[in-house]
Amino acid sequence: MRESMEFDVVIVGAGPAGLSTACRLMQQSQKEERELTVCVIEKGSEVGAHIFSGAVFETRALDEIFPDWKERGAPLNTPVTSDEIYLLKNAEKAQKLPNSLVPKTMHNEGNYIISVGNLCRWLAEQAEELGVEVFPGFPAAEILYGDDGEVKGVITGDMGIDAKGEQKADYMPGMELHGKYTIFSEGCRGHLGKQLINKYQLDSESDTQHYGIGLKELWEIEPSKHKPGLVVHGAGWPLTKETSGGSFLYHAENNQVMVGIVIDLSYSNPFISPFDELQRMKHHPIFKDTLEGGTRISYGARAIAKGGLNSLPKMHFPGGLLIGCDAGTLNFAKIKGTHTAMKSGILAAESIFTAISSEITVSNELSSFTEAFKTSWLHEELHQTRNFGPAMHKFGTYMGGAFNYLDQNWFKGKLPFTLHDTKPDHEQLKPAAECTDIAYPKPDNKISFDKLSSVFISNTNHEEDQPCHLKLKSEVIPVEKNLALFAGPEARFCPAGVYEFVENPENQQQQLQINAQNCLHCKTCDIKDPTQNITWQVPEGLGGPSYPNM
Amino acid sequence: MKILIMVKRVTDPNVTIRPNMDSSNVDLTNVKMAMNPFCEIATEEAIRLKEAGIASEVIVLSIGDKQSQDQIRTSLAMGADRGILIETDATLEPLNIAKLAAKVIEEEEIDLVLLGKQSSDKDNNQTGQMLAAIKDWGQATFASKLYISNEKATVTREVDTGLQTIELTLPAIVTCDLRLNTPRFASLPNIMKAKRKPLVIKPIEEFGLDLTPRFKMLNVESPQVREAGDILGSVDELLEKLKTTEGVL
Ligand SMILES: Cc1cc2nc3c(=O)[nH]c(=O)nc-3n(C[C@H](O)[C@H](O)[C@H](O)COP(=O)(O)OP(=O)(O)OC[C@H]3O[C@@H](n4cnc5c(N)ncnc54)[C@H](O)[C@@H]3O)c2cc1C
Ligand code: SF4
Repeated sequence: MRESMEFDVVIVGAGPAGLSTACRLMQQSQKEERELTVCVIEKGSEVGAHIFSGAVFETRALDEIFPDWKERGAPLNTPVTSDEIYLLKNAEKAQKLPNSLVPKTMHNEGNYIISVGNLCRWLAEQAEELGVEVFPGFPAAEILYGDDGEVKGVITGDMGIDAKGEQKADYMPGMELHGKYTIFSEGCRGHLGKQLINKYQLDSESDTQHYGIGLKELWEIEPSKHKPGLVVHGAGWPLTKETSGGSFLYHAENNQVMVGIVIDLSYSNPFISPFDELQRMKHHPIFKDTLEGGTRISYGARAIAKGGLNSLPKMHFPGGLLIGCDAGTLNFAKIKGTHTAMKSGILAAESIFTAISSEITVSNELSSFTEAFKTSWLHEELHQTRNFGPAMHKFGTYMGGAFNYLDQNWFKGKLPFTLHDTKPDHEQLKPAAECTDIAYPKPDNKISFDKLSSVFISNTNHEEDQPCHLKLKSEVIPVEKNLALFAGPEARFCPAGVYEFVENPENQQQQLQINAQNCLHCKTCDIKDPTQNITWQVPEGLGGPSYPNM
Repeated sequence: MKILIMVKRVTDPNVTIRPNMDSSNVDLTNVKMAMNPFCEIATEEAIRLKEAGIASEVIVLSIGDKQSQDQIRTSLAMGADRGILIETDATLEPLNIAKLAAKVIEEEEIDLVLLGKQSSDKDNNQTGQMLAAIKDWGQATFASKLYISNEKATVTREVDTGLQTIELTLPAIVTCDLRLNTPRFASLPNIMKAKRKPLVIKPIEEFGLDLTPRFKMLNVESPQVREAGDILGSVDELLEKLKTTEGVL
């Protein structure tokens, strides 16, 4: 028998969404003087360790939770001072877009350049002060269901199991955490969120979800080149017409800049390597001029759920809610998901508090959440930008961009029709035989680097002697299908070099080697594997990256 | 028997660190911190002695900034009884740490001190030894086995030539090596309980000691990066390269 603990609300994932839920719940509990027990569990070794973002941050939701965030010392130190958008024509040339041609959603006045990881560290402190129990190092490994098929809570992962599945000296079994309500806020492609969507068919009325992969590096640059508050976005090179995405460079505080790329996972050429795209992108003068002479401090990657309103599944089910990027509340027209994740957390807290106060039984679904969501600014914002992604997919970056300009500036996203995009990203890959291989340049170790030295500065680490957390449904598919047909795309789309095709010395046959301890928890393999043969599961608690200010 | 364990907040050994811009120190902004792994081993050993009925109380001491409470709480969650933080924002040298610890030992009437053999951030490997000298107690460093009975500690030490076993009369100081035990994970209920265990915070001034540093840190540098190697196809190619590009033959 596992031990268990009871809470009013169990929250899975200490990201912007989960922590906002926790804070808002406690604020209401204090205001209404009704005691509430709330816990947040987080798989990272500390809050913020696994948080990976851009980020240009809109304060709208934060203003609602902590109007006095400035006095409380929230880590928002760099207001955006200027916005530049470039069309990168090739490896050398770029054209700056005049302001009048930029969709309204891409303007950033009033926003801040922040580290979302640091924002979460701060939010966790606020939550603890309000009386929330925050437990980093404890992943939710399984969902607990009650007799009526409702979600009853979660089971945390076992610790101290060896690679063969045997108990080690420090074995500690996982615990059952029971909640009147359980909130899943695991971020993009949550491994439990995926199970909930399947079990309750939450996506039966929405389009399939679409994803991107974002890769980013943190640099310390020469002080003379540092312009705190400058936001640079790029479109075009090194991505080709068939591959949509964009690049960014944000000047944060302390002579630091964040440079990165987001690539839609709907790409079709299996030879694309997002990691190498980022490396070569940095050699464009737009980025290189800033980075030259600087030091790279950190690297990481994370998938982004970008389907928007069209792909948003039903967010409530018996016993709980699916919120933030776990559901897909990101606004892709703005590439911003932090404020929307936070708002979904606020709405979740409010409907849960009302439900708990009025003693509705758990089998009653929180449909009140959906009602509140539909009348919120969050819904309005997502509705306005619902066509952005599909237009890019349907018409390509150029025509799609033009459509978006008209839609966002002239019609404020109120065009009376909705574009749909129904093919899942993993079905988009074309056979390697139909595609051209891409010869990426070698790293120069000044601006560009190889994968292993990059993974090293993500500080990722997993206990080595544990079962592999990347589960293959079939052992033969990687070689027989993925390698034979698609030239082994997992070796390229994984930003951490986890998947390697190597020759088995015994029979000279190719086989897939999984270096699971390098994993960055980005979830790309779970999304893009063309055969959907890979399932990402939580590894032992404390494992994974340890991002500083990402 | 009362045991004192000493724990230190250090940079997590799994994260990479680097010098700050003016090379005056390591840049620790938002770097993940953790308990020194050897202090976890000391904690585990003390708790086992308590569980075996040999120790009556396990007190955990940390000397450091306010955040060092986190590491004390981790020890408490693993099973220590109560904590003491001597709060200071200064980085203290081993001798000063030892002097402060000696004061606590007197106040608390400690019979056995367990601490790490060294801390993973500075690798000094001095505190235990200095503390033994100040107190004029017996010491056993690099312990990989500890056995206590009749006011005596039998300790196996990891020394260069192999294993050495010595016997000490209590009170004594034991510094813990890697193989002494495998520390347990703290469970969720114990983490919650630990929040309610007593932890007193004492300002460092209260001890009235002269803690002036004896040495000055001049400069911090990253180790030199090794240049990437080349994989060559044959010995001939290697010889050719050594002759022409490298010019060593
Ligand atoms: C490259 C990139 C750039 C971006 N730029 C911006 C930007 O400029 N502005 C903006 O607003 N947004 C940006 N975003 C999006 C933004 O980061 C996300 O929308 C936001 O972080 C979502 O918050 P969340 O709380 O839903 O999930 P997350 O931030 O992903 O947090 C989820 C947390 O849950 C934990 N977790 C997951 N599963 C489990 C489990 N089973 N058990 C325990 N813990 C678990 C994770 O470790 C993590 O800490 C960007 C994203 C990327 C990748
Ligand atoms: S193994 Fe999967 S989740 Fe881990 S880094 Fe690679 S693609 Fe991302």
